Parts: sequence; structure tokens; C-alpha cells
Amino acid sequence: MFELPLADLAARLRDRQVSSEELTRLFLGRIARLGAGLNAFITVDEEKALAAARAADARLARGEGAPLTGIPVAHKDLFCAKGWRTTCGSRMLADFVSPYDAHVVEQFDRAGAVLVGKTNMDEFAMGSSNENSHFGPVRNPWDPARVPGGSSGGSAAAVAARLVPAATGTDTGGSIRQPASHTGTSGIRPTYGAVSRYGMVAFASSLDQGGAFGQGARGLALMLNVMAGFDERDSTSVDRPKEDYTRDLDRPLEGVRVGLPKEYFTADLSPDVAACVSAAVRELERQGARTVEVSLPNQALAVPVYYVIAPAEASSNLSRFDGVRYGHRAANYADLADMYRKSRAEGFGAEVQRRILVGTYVLSHGYYDAYYLQAQRVRRLIARDFTEAFKACDVIAGPAAPSVAFPIGEKSDDPVQMYLEDLYTISVNLAGLPGLSVPCGFGAGGMPVGLQLIGDYFGEARMLNVAHRYQQATDWHRRLPPGAA
Amino acid sequence: MSGAWEVVIGLETHAQLSTASKIFSGASTAFGAAPNTQACAVDIALPGVLPVLNRAAVERAIRLGLAVGGRIAPRSVFARKNYFYPDLPKGYQISQYEAPVVTGGEIAIVVDGAEKRVRLTRAHLEEDAGKSLHEDFHGMTGIDLNRAGTPLLEIVSEPDMRSAREAVAYAKALHSLVRWIGVCDGNMQEGSFRCDANVSVRPAGSATLGTRCEIKNLNSFRFLEKAIEHEQRRQVALIEDGGTVVQETRLWDPQKGETRPMRSKEDAHDYRYFPDPDLLPLEISPAWIGEVQASLPELPAAMRARFVAAHGLSPVDAATLTGSRALAGYFEAVVAEVGGEARTCANWVLGELSALLNRLEVEADASPVPPEALAGLVKRVLDGTVSGKTAKEIFEAMAAGEGGADAIIDRRGLRQISDAGAIEAIVAEVLAANAKLVEDYRAGREKAFNALVGQVMKASRGKANPAQANAILKKKLG
Repeated sequence: MFELPLADLAARLRDRQVSSEELTRLFLGRIARLGAGLNAFITVDEEKALAAARAADARLARGEGAPLTGIPVAHKDLFCAKGWRTTCGSRMLADFVSPYDAHVVEQFDRAGAVLVGKTNMDEFAMGSSNENSHFGPVRNPWDPARVPGGSSGGSAAAVAARLVPAATGTDTGGSIRQPASHTGTSGIRPTYGAVSRYGMVAFASSLDQGGAFGQGARGLALMLNVMAGFDERDSTSVDRPKEDYTRDLDRPLEGVRVGLPKEYFTADLSPDVAACVSAAVRELERQGARTVEVSLPNQALAVPVYYVIAPAEASSNLSRFDGVRYGHRAANYADLADMYRKSRAEGFGAEVQRRILVGTYVLSHGYYDAYYLQAQRVRRLIARDFTEAFKACDVIAGPAAPSVAFPIGEKSDDPVQMYLEDLYTISVNLAGLPGLSVPCGFGAGGMPVGLQLIGDYFGEARMLNVAHRYQQATDWHRRLPPGAA
Repeated sequence: MSGAWEVVIGLETHAQLSTASKIFSGASTAFGAAPNTQACAVDIALPGVLPVLNRAAVERAIRLGLAVGGRIAPRSVFARKNYFYPDLPKGYQISQYEAPVVTGGEIAIVVDGAEKRVRLTRAHLEEDAGKSLHEDFHGMTGIDLNRAGTPLLEIVSEPDMRSAREAVAYAKALHSLVRWIGVCDGNMQEGSFRCDANVSVRPAGSATLGTRCEIKNLNSFRFLEKAIEHEQRRQVALIEDGGTVVQETRLWDPQKGETRPMRSKEDAHDYRYFPDPDLLPLEISPAWIGEVQASLPELPAAMRARFVAAHGLSPVDAATLTGSRALAGYFEAVVAEVGGEARTCANWVLGELSALLNRLEVEADASPVPPEALAGLVKRVLDGTVSGKTAKEIFEAMAAGEGGADAIIDRRGLRQISDAGAIEAIVAEVLAANAKLVEDYRAGREKAFNALVGQVMKASRGKANPAQANAILKKKLG
């Protein structure tokens, strides 16, 4: 039963074919058996999970179940959950127990989902391989010698290995779509402002957006129904009516215009990935979609712009981790400055420190105009490129990552190579658009490849529609990693 | 101080806005609670929390902007001012930098009878930091975050003031205004209204500005005046001795009566300001501005002009009466109750009443003698029931809680004697008993007449109508 997608599990719970407690025990068992090898979880709490499962069962018994009631889920460990350790994959917060719930956590609780654990991640969501975690790297279920992608690598690996049917993630530059692509899972990053960032520890505030991993598009839509919606505690949350993201799933694709950015299909893209993506596009055409070439002329500037804006915001966002009120504080220090220096040097890993330094630099007097302000200008151009492209198409299709998952350690010493992992995902964040990745085949080494779909602002339903119809005709998303059976 | 020097002063004032909750969180802003009991998750900057702007703080910024005749920005931007300090929980202060909510405007001041207008550069919204407590922690520092996130409006003047007295007049006018329009309680002891002064000197007549020093820790008007005077002398002496003024921040030491260096320009932080991505730009619609405009009371300048034009008050009296909204309101209530005679009313409000308020250290709205009661007394003076002198005695009795003017007059038998026959009888007695004074008067000593008047008043126990007593005495003495 563990291999069933979320919607099917929900149906069995509703029909009382299985109880939430049974289901929760099933997945807790899988976590116990397979979790340690993958290092997908930072915290698992059986007791809390089973208590939540029993509460869900009571609710189901009263006939008050919602689609996610009783479904075991995991949250990326940067969503604050009351009474749970919330580490952000960092030594800085290794012992931080949150006294409050993030909006997303609250919404899942309210829906009756059963939180079984918090997933491993790149420290403060900075990374594309999940090697930057204080709690050790996460391994790819398809090949434990390879990375699962990042920064939401723990959630991706957990869903891929069916340790949970669903998990949350966050996507600041591709941190949901790239690991989804690398692990053969489906992952969605909604439009900026669709999901409240309240209680989601900030990396880069103007780019961060919470999203979800699941087996297929229907599961993602069900999770989005729970997560999305206005929250007055986040000033960037968009106040618009609630929508049902499942509403268009089954719509035929006849007449849907799929844009193919010419800048995505170049020599930067590995041939194996290109082949899978092209085949997926052909499947969409077979179902009646029409492909059009579009252009994103400023695409090449997305990575450099991102690596100015994201570190700038991060350098300020992470200032609160100073050892004064909570978090790691050095054991010995001479004075205040020394306490800051030591606590932060000990508490933050190398990549986080690198980004804080870069961010501090680009915001400094004399450099601000040349870097930060210039990057903001280019960011607007990148957003405008998409606006132009969406005049000619309904969704954009392309790769989610330039190649399949790479071996652990391969790019650790070369941050720039690592940053290029997000070549196809970053511009979506800069523009604030929604994007998702669904499995579309296997490339080199038998590793999964993802098809990225990009939607217009608040075009999630259309994007999910295309993804779902594609998954109706393919079974890539149902394939299990070798060790997962 | 050499006459060849001119001091140039600009003021930066932090006015704590009188909102019930903080500028970016729902925690209370009440003063004096136990440490860290009024700091919520947002105020202590837990991981993941976000700021949400309190519209009441914006409303107060608009009020101030309109009251000074400034421009309300249709779109202003919150920025992060980044620096590390233990009482700054986020490691940055949310403030406004390039696009403040208010620009321009002016404050009118009166020094030595001359009116001057001090221009304002800007006013911007920001949050306060917490407090570091260095005593009582055995070599450690305590942090109280109750104040963290308290809404402030920083009001920056142009360097338009040319003396410490002008600076004080400006600070007082601004202090009066913020209380007048209800945006700040003005409590300087509790830090609700704080001034920093930028001071420089230059040769009189020079058009270029000298190097300035910023002086902090000025928590009273007296300190503001003394600190500027001291700083002015220090800079002049320094330059006259061949030295140069270094741009720096200086701290006023009230014990020593001097300013001392706090940090130099070189030590100044690079605050790395950038727009706060957690907050959307603040947009203020013309409709909102219109609503706030409609809710503003008559402003002191307009009221002052009206008092002069409609009530015939002197500009100085009008200015004093409009020194606080409570006093002006009191005065207007007395005039309304009396039904005119504004100048007599003003004399009472500025005389006996103000003396009483000063003695009790209360505002006019907390006066033990309410305006209706004072009006009752003024009416008795105007209709001749009591003399002005007796009225002062009655006022004191009213202040002591002995009831209204009429009751006191009756109880104490203070009704003025205006019956000619009765006064004549008293005068006759006085003349008979003071033959020496009568003789002196007739010998041409005018003083003796006043002494006789005094005797008549004494014999009548102050109740004789003084004008009548005068006239009758004069007639009897021939």
C-alpha cells in the first residue's frame, strides 16, 4: 500500500479500508528501515505522529475527514512546528525547538495530516545537492552514491523512497523542482505570495516560496489546496479567493499552447536530459497541445542576478542568529564582538558563510548600485521576458536541471558549478512565477529526469492540468527506486 | 564667545507614536511592564516570523505630515538598517531610507517676539530597539525587549536654527504639536520624545556649513539648550585655537555639563540599507489622506490667529494659550460659558489658573477648577458681585475644593458692598478715626488717600466696591 499515491491513500482512509494509525505505522516502519541509509530525516517523532494519527482516525470516524486527513506527511526542517526541533539543517539551530507553528504547518494540522518528521535539507536552504547539512548529506534513493538535489533533498528523497506519501519543501532558486527532477518525484513551487511564508525560516524573502512533493500532480493539487491562501501574518501573501487546484486536472490538452524557450535547449543541456524532455513534449503534442518557440533573452543573466539578490537578502535575514536569544552560542568569548564572531563562525557552515559574505559585500556602501540595484533592474527584465513569452503560450516546458543527479562530492569544491545546477529554475523565482517538475524518464546511469513546467502568475491549475494529463499517459512517476520495494 | 561666529543647528527628533500596539507586531506598547513581558515572537525575532505594518502608526505619520504642511508620499518604502547589537533582535532595524512617508513642511517658532519658520526635511516611520541594561547583572548585560518594535516617527529639520534658544523653541513647538494632534504623548522622561542635535559653527556671514557634530542623550529642553551652548563654545574655542572640528557623534553628560565623543565618522557603521523584502511599499491613497485631514483638530497656528482676530488678544497671550491643546480648550470653554469678555477670561486663564496648574504640575484638562467653575467666578467679577482681589481669594478656595464661586461668596459673606449709603457710613467712620491721614491728604500728600482707601477696604473686610469707595472718599474729602 505504501506505493499508492496520496489521493488513493486518502480514498482508502475515507472508506475505512485502512486507519490512519495503520498507515502511519506502515510509513514509520519504512522510515525506520530505510530512512537512516538515506539520511532523509533530521527528526522523526513516532509518539507525536501516532497521537495525530489517532486524532485523525477519530475525525474520520465522525465522517469529518478532509482529503489529507490521516495522511502521513513530512515537513522540510525550516517550517517551524510547535514543540518540534526546527534546525534548518544548521548547527546554529540544532537544538532550537519552535514555540509556534508556521502557517503551512498549521494548515496541514487543520486538514488532519499526520506529521511524522522533519526532513533534512541544505543548511538554511542554501545548496543544490543537500550536501550542506550539519546533519550530513542526504542520499538519492535511486543511487545512494549520488545527491538527491537540494535544498529540499530530504523531502524529495523521502517521497521518492515512499517513506512518506507527501512532503513539503521550499523553493528559492529551484530547491523543490531540481530535487524532484533528481529523485523522480513531482514537486511544485507555487506563485510567490500564494503560500504564506509565516513560520518558514527565511533564506531570501523575495524569492522563497513553500511548496510540495508528491508522486503525481493530483497529490500536489490536494496539498496546494491545503497550503495556499491568504495569511495576514505575511505582508507578501496575496489576498485572493481560495481556489480548487484539482479543478482542471482532467481537462484535455487540445489547443493548449506549450512554449519552448530556445535558451533552454542549448549545449548546456545534457543530451540524455534533452532526449527525455523532448519525448515528454512529444507526448503533450500527441494529446493535442501545440508547441511554440518562445524566447527568454535575459536567461543567461538569471544565475548571476540570483547570486547577488539571494545572498543580499540572506545576509540580513540571518543576522538574527547571533547567539543572544536562542540558537548556538560559543562556549568562550572575550567580549560582545567575539561572541558574535565565534557563535556565527561555529554555528554556520561554509556555504552559508560564503553567502553572508557575498551578500554583505553587494549591499556595502559603494557597491550597492553596481551590484544590488543593477541586479534588481535585470530581475525586472527577466520577469518581463516571461510576460512576453506568456503572450504566445499557456505554459512553458523545459528541463528542471541540466543533467541527472551527480555523485556526492563531485561539485563540493566548485560553488560556481554547483550554482549552475539551478540554471533552468532560478529565473522562475526571480519572476515570482509558479513552476513544477514531473518525472519524464531516465537518463545517464538510470537516474531520473524531470520535465519542468512553468505557469503564468497564479496559473497553477493549468500547470497541474498539463502535468496530470501527461502522467495519465506515462508511468515514470510510479516507478520505485531499487531499494524502496 | 566671539561675535564673529554663527552656530547652525538642525534637530532630529524621535517621537514615539501613541499606538496601542507595536509598529510591526500585535504586542502592547505600554510603558513600564516587567522586562520582556511585552515582546512577542515577532519582537524577539524568532526564526520565521514576519513584520506586518500597523496602520495606526501610518495614520499618525500622516497626521503629523498634514499638520506641518508637508507632502505625504503616495508610496514610501521600508528599508532594513543592518547592524549587530544585542538589543536589536533581528540584526536590523526596519526604517525608511530613500523614500520616507513625509517630506517637507515647517514649524513656526517665536523667539524674542519674532516669528521664524523652521523647515523640515522629512519624517519617516521606524521601529525602536530594545534596551540594554548594564547594571545589576554582575558583569553581564540584561536585555529588555519590551520597547523593541515600538513605533517611532523620526522628524528631521533643516539646519535652520541659529541659536540654542531657537532650537529649544523649535523642540517645544514640535513637542506641543505632536501632543496637540494626538500622535505622541510627549513624555520626555519615558523617552517618548527624544532630540538629537546637529551642531556646527561658521564665521558669521559665511554661506558654507561648518563640520557638524551630532549630540545625543538630550532628554529635556534644558539639556538641549545647555548641550548646544556648550558644543557651540567647544567648537569655536577649538577653531580659534587653530584646530578643526571632526565629524562625530557626541554624548551629552548632564553631570559634567559637557559633550564628549561617542563615535567618530570612521567608526560609523555601513548600515547596508536595502528595501525590506518582507514588506510591500507603503501606499497611501488620497482618500486616506482626506480622512485624516478631516479628523485633524484646528491647529495651534490657526487657533492663535483666530484668538488675535476674533478675541482681540495680544499675539503673546494667544501664543501662550495655544501652547497646549488642553489649555486652549480650557480657555475656549471659559469664554463660551461667560459668553464673551475673552480678554478678561484670558487674564484669568494665564494668571491664576496657570499659576495653579504649574504649582500642581498638571495639564489644564486635569485642573481642579474646571472651566465652568472659573467662568462662574469671572461672571461675578464682571457683574460687580466681587472685586478682583476678592475673586483671587475665591479662586484659591475653589482650587481647595470648597465648591463654586457663588457658594463660597455666600458662605464667606464676600458679596461686594455697592450700596452707596453703606459705603458712606464706612467712609465716615474711617475719616473720623484717621484724622492724621486726612490732615496729610489735605496737606497735599497723595499717598495718604491710598492709605484711606485701604482703611475703607479693611473696615469693609474687602467687600466695598473699590470704585465706589474711591469716589465717595474723594467727595467727602472735598
